[in-house]
Amino acid sequence: MRTNHQGIALQVRKLRKVYHDVVAVDGLDLEIYAGECFGLLGPNGAGKTTTIEICEGLNTPDDGDVVVLGRRWGSDDRALRELLGISLQETQFSEKLTVAETVQLFRSFYASGPRPEDVIAMVQLQDKAASRVGQLSGGQKQRLALACALVGDPELLFLDEPTTGLDPQSRRQLWELIEAFKADGRSILLTTHYMEEAERLCDRVAIVDHGKIIALGTPRELVAGLRAEHVLEFALAGPQAFDEHPLRGIEGVCAADRRDGTYRLQVEELHRTMPALLQELRRQGAQLAELRTHSATLEDVFVSLTGRHLRDE
Amino acid sequence: MSERRWTDHPLVQLTRVRYREFFREPEAVFWVFVFPVLLAAGLGIAFRNRSPERTVVGVVGNGPAVADIVEALRGDSSLVASSMNDSAGVEALRTGDVALLVVPLAGGKVEFRYDDTRPESRSARLLVDDGLQRASGRRDPVMVADRLVRERGARYIDFLVPGLLGMNLMGSGIWGLGFAIVDARKKRLLKRLIATPMARWQYLTSFVLSRLTLLVLEVGLLLGFGVLVFGVPLRGSLPLLLLICLLSSLAFASLGLLIASRAQTMEGASGLMNLVMLPMWIFSGVFFSAARFPEPIQPLIQALPLTAVIDALRANILRGAGWHSLTGELAIIVVWMVGSFVLALKLFRWR
Repeated sequence: MRTNHQGIALQVRKLRKVYHDVVAVDGLDLEIYAGECFGLLGPNGAGKTTTIEICEGLNTPDDGDVVVLGRRWGSDDRALRELLGISLQETQFSEKLTVAETVQLFRSFYASGPRPEDVIAMVQLQDKAASRVGQLSGGQKQRLALACALVGDPELLFLDEPTTGLDPQSRRQLWELIEAFKADGRSILLTTHYMEEAERLCDRVAIVDHGKIIALGTPRELVAGLRAEHVLEFALAGPQAFDEHPLRGIEGVCAADRRDGTYRLQVEELHRTMPALLQELRRQGAQLAELRTHSATLEDVFVSLTGRHLRDE
Repeated sequence: MSERRWTDHPLVQLTRVRYREFFREPEAVFWVFVFPVLLAAGLGIAFRNRSPERTVVGVVGNGPAVADIVEALRGDSSLVASSMNDSAGVEALRTGDVALLVVPLAGGKVEFRYDDTRPESRSARLLVDDGLQRASGRRDPVMVADRLVRERGARYIDFLVPGLLGMNLMGSGIWGLGFAIVDARKKRLLKRLIATPMARWQYLTSFVLSRLTLLVLEVGLLLGFGVLVFGVPLRGSLPLLLLICLLSSLAFASLGLLIASRAQTMEGASGLMNLVMLPMWIFSGVFFSAARFPEPIQPLIQALPLTAVIDALRANILRGAGWHSLTGELAIIVVWMVGSFVLALKLFRWR
């Protein structure tokens, strides 16, 4: 752990931001401990980017209080910027510059930090150092963005959707890099709408919807909060009527709901619920078209809280 | 951690980025450096001063009168007369192949058919009339002698090179800044930059610094070409010429900054740029004198930055005008420079 601001890297209180008549952030509270990786998880349009940009000092709140590393935006912002590393959503660096030139440019803005070639090595772009940015793949561009966020040796790192649009392999590669920095004791705030990302990288996660935090905790706590380790989903064939009431009475079912013709049960013990479910289906003469089970994830937490999927929109 | 070299200064880095972005864009290099020279070369050749052109006239009709007229006009070396039938003559006049038609009428009379709004037709009328009258025995009461004076500096190419220089300063200033800034805004690079400790003035200053160095190349190339190839005279003081170029370049850079201060898209920005530049291309006297436009709009034309720039350049290059006679133009340029810059800083959006 580095400089200690009473152990809190970022504190956000009653944050509110309204665009015209759309409430983007609606009274959001947040506390990120020094040395932790904190994730804002939510669907597109939940207010994640607005929140993180206000924390980065790139946007102004209509109401509320933001304390970054013990300081507020508005006085000596430059000194504060020296301590922050930022990766915005969808920044395109100049395509005509090389990777080395881009990192060198960003390094020149900071009073101290690692050498450009060391940062490039950190994000594993040594082989591409002399390549033009325009020739990089999506994953390589994201790693360059990460390099530019790290050139100032930041205490607090903001990553806005660092892996959006990447293929699974590039995503995993970026996760490994972020994990390495986390191990360094930096504080990280990242936004994502990938639950696997939040589960893998984040010490704590806040689930955001409609500008509010609707759940907060470690990924394990949130999933445990479902009281059910498994999720069982099924769909029926044919048009015959099916009475879903008895589902809730089946042994081990904690919750049941139906969306777009798919029934979804949160289940404590699969081996006990499954035979009972099949028996109930047989009793009503229903035919299965589809049956799936998986261990409960943050996605299921989101679904059970909002009735929607993270990537619906 | 290493010792910081002077090249690690953000201003140096940002300025180098400007050069890299410019020189790695072949189209930009072409439009800024090559195109003006090509334009000067093309126009210089097309409008070069040749031995006086011969005016072509047609003689229409039948009978011996036609042959007599053609014969009579042969004596004037600046005229070419050829006989043609009626319809061919009308067609040739209509398309401008001949400047004038000579039609012999009954009783030894002659009719001239021509368009009196065409200068060459009017001079053809004088030449043909003169030739016919002399062939019929007119004696001139006053003896005249011609002495020909062909002066460097009075040719079209001499007029053109300062105009092209001004146009180039405008184009590279406005395009150079405008596109780069709007592009960076569109790519959210501006936002990314202000998320670093970079001082905002350094970003804007890097454009000024790169403009100033590119300016030396731009001006040197076009003027050098004009002087070496066409022998355009440089009659004014060189420091004053450089100062005019410097102020002009800064004025147009400020204007480019102003245009780019809000635009979110390339399309919006190029529309604005054309809106600003088109009137100046037309009215500011790049290709022909701005004095040709009607008197009532002259104050407006004189207030345009490009008019002031080109007037100052022409006065310096062709007439060798000094500081004192250029204060008006220089004042207009400085007002545009400061005004646009102040307004641009007020309006500029980094996001």
